[in-house]
Amino acid sequence: MAEPKITLAEVEHVARLARLELGPAEKERMRRELDGILSYIDKLRALDTDGVEPTSHAVPIVNVMRDDLPRPSFPREDMLANAPDPSGELFRVPRIIEE
Amino acid sequence: MSAADRYEAVIGLEVHAQLQTASKMFCGCGTRFGAAPNSQTCPVCQGMPGTLPVINRRAVEFGIRTALALSCTVNADNRFARKHYYYPDMPKNYQISQYEEPLAEHGHLAIEVSGASRQIRIQRLHLEEDVGKLLHEGNLETAQSSHVDFNRSGVPLMEIVSRPDLRSPEEASVYLRALRAILIYLQVCDGNMEEGSLRCDANVSLRLRGNRELGTKVEIKNMNSFRHVQHALEHEVHRQAQTLERGERIVQETRLWDPDRNHTVSMRSKEFAHDYRYFPEPDLPPLQVDPRWVEALRASLPELPAARRRRVMETYGLTVHEADLLTQGRGLADYFEEAARGYPRPKIVANWVLNELLRELPGDDDRAVAACPIPPRSLRGLIGLIDDGTISGKIAKDVFEKMYRSGEDPASIVRREGLTQVADTDELGTVVDRVLAEHGKVVEDWRNGKKQALGFLVGQVMKATQGKASPAVVNALLAEKLPKG
Amino acid sequence: MLTELPVHELAARFRGGQATPGEVAAAYLERIETLDPQVRAYLTVTREAALAQAERAGARFKAGRPLGPLDGVPIAVKDVLCTRAVRTTCGSRILEHFVPPYDATVVERLRAAGAVLLGKLNMDEFAMGSSTEHSAFFTTRNPWDLARVPGGSSGGAAAAVAADLAAGALGTDTGGSIRQPGAFCGVVGFKPTYGRVSRYGLVAFASSLDQIGPLAKDVEDAALLLQAVAGRDPMDSTSADVPVPDYPAGLTAGIEGLRVGIPAEYFIEGMDPEVERATQAAIEVLRNLGARTQPVSLPHTEYGLAAYYLIAPAEASSNLARYDGVKYGLRVPGARDIVEMYSRTRAAGFGAEVKRRVMLGTYALSAGYYDAYYGKAQRVRTLVSRDFQQAFDRVDLIVAPTTPNVAFKMGEKEDPLQMYLNDVLTIPVNLSGLPGLSVPSGFTQTGLPIGLQLIGRAFDEAMLLRAGYAYERATPWHERKPAFDGALPREGGRFPLPPREGEG
Repeated sequence: MAEPKITLAEVEHVARLARLELGPAEKERMRRELDGILSYIDKLRALDTDGVEPTSHAVPIVNVMRDDLPRPSFPREDMLANAPDPSGELFRVPRIIEE
Repeated sequence: MSAADRYEAVIGLEVHAQLQTASKMFCGCGTRFGAAPNSQTCPVCQGMPGTLPVINRRAVEFGIRTALALSCTVNADNRFARKHYYYPDMPKNYQISQYEEPLAEHGHLAIEVSGASRQIRIQRLHLEEDVGKLLHEGNLETAQSSHVDFNRSGVPLMEIVSRPDLRSPEEASVYLRALRAILIYLQVCDGNMEEGSLRCDANVSLRLRGNRELGTKVEIKNMNSFRHVQHALEHEVHRQAQTLERGERIVQETRLWDPDRNHTVSMRSKEFAHDYRYFPEPDLPPLQVDPRWVEALRASLPELPAARRRRVMETYGLTVHEADLLTQGRGLADYFEEAARGYPRPKIVANWVLNELLRELPGDDDRAVAACPIPPRSLRGLIGLIDDGTISGKIAKDVFEKMYRSGEDPASIVRREGLTQVADTDELGTVVDRVLAEHGKVVEDWRNGKKQALGFLVGQVMKATQGKASPAVVNALLAEKLPKG
Repeated sequence: MLTELPVHELAARFRGGQATPGEVAAAYLERIETLDPQVRAYLTVTREAALAQAERAGARFKAGRPLGPLDGVPIAVKDVLCTRAVRTTCGSRILEHFVPPYDATVVERLRAAGAVLLGKLNMDEFAMGSSTEHSAFFTTRNPWDLARVPGGSSGGAAAAVAADLAAGALGTDTGGSIRQPGAFCGVVGFKPTYGRVSRYGLVAFASSLDQIGPLAKDVEDAALLLQAVAGRDPMDSTSADVPVPDYPAGLTAGIEGLRVGIPAEYFIEGMDPEVERATQAAIEVLRNLGARTQPVSLPHTEYGLAAYYLIAPAEASSNLARYDGVKYGLRVPGARDIVEMYSRTRAAGFGAEVKRRVMLGTYALSAGYYDAYYGKAQRVRTLVSRDFQQAFDRVDLIVAPTTPNVAFKMGEKEDPLQMYLNDVLTIPVNLSGLPGLSVPSGFTQTGLPIGLQLIGRAFDEAMLLRAGYAYERATPWHERKPAFDGALPREGGRFPLPPREGEG
């Protein structure tokens, strides 16, 4: 069997980075699927890209800025309207444990 | 040799300054401190689906000006990047910051410690957006839930990172003060640590004196005032020295300063070091800063604190300490220079400003000075009244206080309250005679060599004249009338 | 029938008084009610608001002051575009009840043009997919064969236009999501140059690739819709400051002497022979219209897919980080702490394809892998762009099939990689930021639509529309409509819903 491109431990690490809870069966399936995709993507390795600049913007634009003019903010009700747990004027969240 | 002598502290400071722009870094919301929670937000700074950032040109301008004041190289090509981590005060769970191509790099700031001048190198200066505010009941460790206010989210921040060139908590404090003064002079930041517009984190490590290698560094956070910075660093240096003396190793970690218990506390050890997964911000085209813009900004820089302090010192014949205090803020320095303009003895003006004025003002910052009820010309006027003998120095202090409360000019106050100094030798002569007659015992004491007796007699004359007697004349009269011993 | 008319003919009827916006809106709403249960293009129908907007448009026509060619015209938009006070789900449970307090810029512009908004259209969740089977709610059916997919991710939009459930629609295209469903459903699908249309209010999937564009009954309609929304937007820093020409005015200029490139790499091994035949026939039509064809080479085509499946998921993993149950959207209750809340909410709110891409993207950006994956892919992207730049030194237009195959059956492409291969011919156009237009180019023997792709230089939408128009007018494809006569057995007037992924 070819060397796996991604291990279960790596899947767990990435899931943690991405804040995604995955069940054990899901993790294994994810590993298999990602493995397949990464194997396909491996064909990029064959391409020589030395000296080629990366594209981060498809169309060359630079220096887009705006003047420092304040605009009216949105009413608080609008901003809280979709909140899952609004608490007075604030958004409430469960306890935060430093990780 | 004590632990302190054996080890050398190596300190780097990371300063975040909130920029005094009218609107946020990437949207048009206002930046005013203290607005009602979640009243200064919009879909952009709240990270709603579909929203996009747009760069505030003034924030870039402020960044460039600061970079120039710190002798940094402005990177013409610079760009924003996304820095990813999950935290409820970060609406998008990534912060738009700068990573591989920051706005400026490789500058320096000169500091004076114990008479010696040192150059502290600035590694980099970049722009980013601030995060929201978390409110907990009690503290973070015990709160069962927290609340988020996004008003602050998106406010422009400038991050200035020094190289680890600082060698003591005192140096760190001086560096921070000098940096703050520059930011205030440039009017890019109000430098208020209590309100959080200026924040400071430190990286501290120790090494044996003479070693070139760096020790393990510890990050110190939550220092919310100059005092905190000094104490936290002193504590940390001490803690690390003790740890090393015991033969233990320093753990690389982040520690929070706890001002109530005067110590640093380790944040629960992280399972993984942060993987920020930086990549160039695709929603923001890169910046190509026009060198002509940079030159125009350079030409418009105000006189910076160090230069101003030097000039004030030399021009007005003040000590380093006096000049330093007077030039902490442009407002106060402007005030002093206007009050002292053309006056032959500027030291006197300096004393009035540093003692009487600073005692009354709620702070030495530009806002407080601007609100001062005594304009510089009035202070000059008051000093003039002393000079021409109209009032004594002591009475002048009373007048000063009245000027502060009422905003009136000194001459009007003196006139209205009849505070004009009495210098007439005949009038005073009579009073002196009376006092000498009433206090024969004291006169006798003086004759017998008790020097304090003179002070008492002067005091009595003052009392008899409601303080209005000219001290010079009184002294002369007493010298004349007291029996030679 | 009013609902069969393309936008440009509706506008003429309104002007001439032969029909009113109110009548047309009502006709569409009725058709949606009768037929959408079969097609399932709509996630939300904004019936009352649409009728009110139509009334107001009608009043304007009566007063002789219409706003323009889109005034009173019933349009629908893909549910990835924010609409103020109207639920915007992005096809996801994590935004199932999200109601934006603001309009996307394109929606604002449509409203300003007087368009009547019929509702929000179904899509693959967060625009990730090529079949609309990844919608968290239900799958849209291809109106030409209700057992087949309409393509994706703008499947709802393409199906709605094909089935006359909207006069026109706006979709979005990141790797082919307008063009491929356009081809599968036999309608015009247009992805403009990156930066031609504002992305403000488009819920981001891959920021450097996403573009909004029209799905339309014919090329002239596509021109009208693009005209209404194109142009610089100060709210989108990536929207280009390039003047917008008069697209409808330039349509009829013809293509005499136009230099057309045929890329060999786009006729891939294993492609449907009927698609290949239709494409060759289309090229012949172009020659007969005066085009001069020559072969061109786009040698890095085969690497485009791999590069895309690193860049798009990487940007997506970043753009989707905000869905965390804090400020809006789903929050799974009962978590002990915030990390648990994040992880459970995202696990419950995202479907399998989204999770896959978020994982892939996070991995590609993570420490130690950035250079090998994301960094490498962005360099390959430059090579793909250069291929086009070099080709456009010799030709003005590139012509190819839109997809290697036609609409497949629902459930047929279970393997994610198999699904990704649908986009192999559309992806390179997104990678280089160029405009791409898909126009119907025929049907298979079994009556399934085939699409022809036209690719142009950056900001040369006018040329693409001109060429597409010339081809369309010389062919009969745009005149055919799907029939609705019970292609599948129905249970009580509704089709059984496909089970949610992971269930049953």
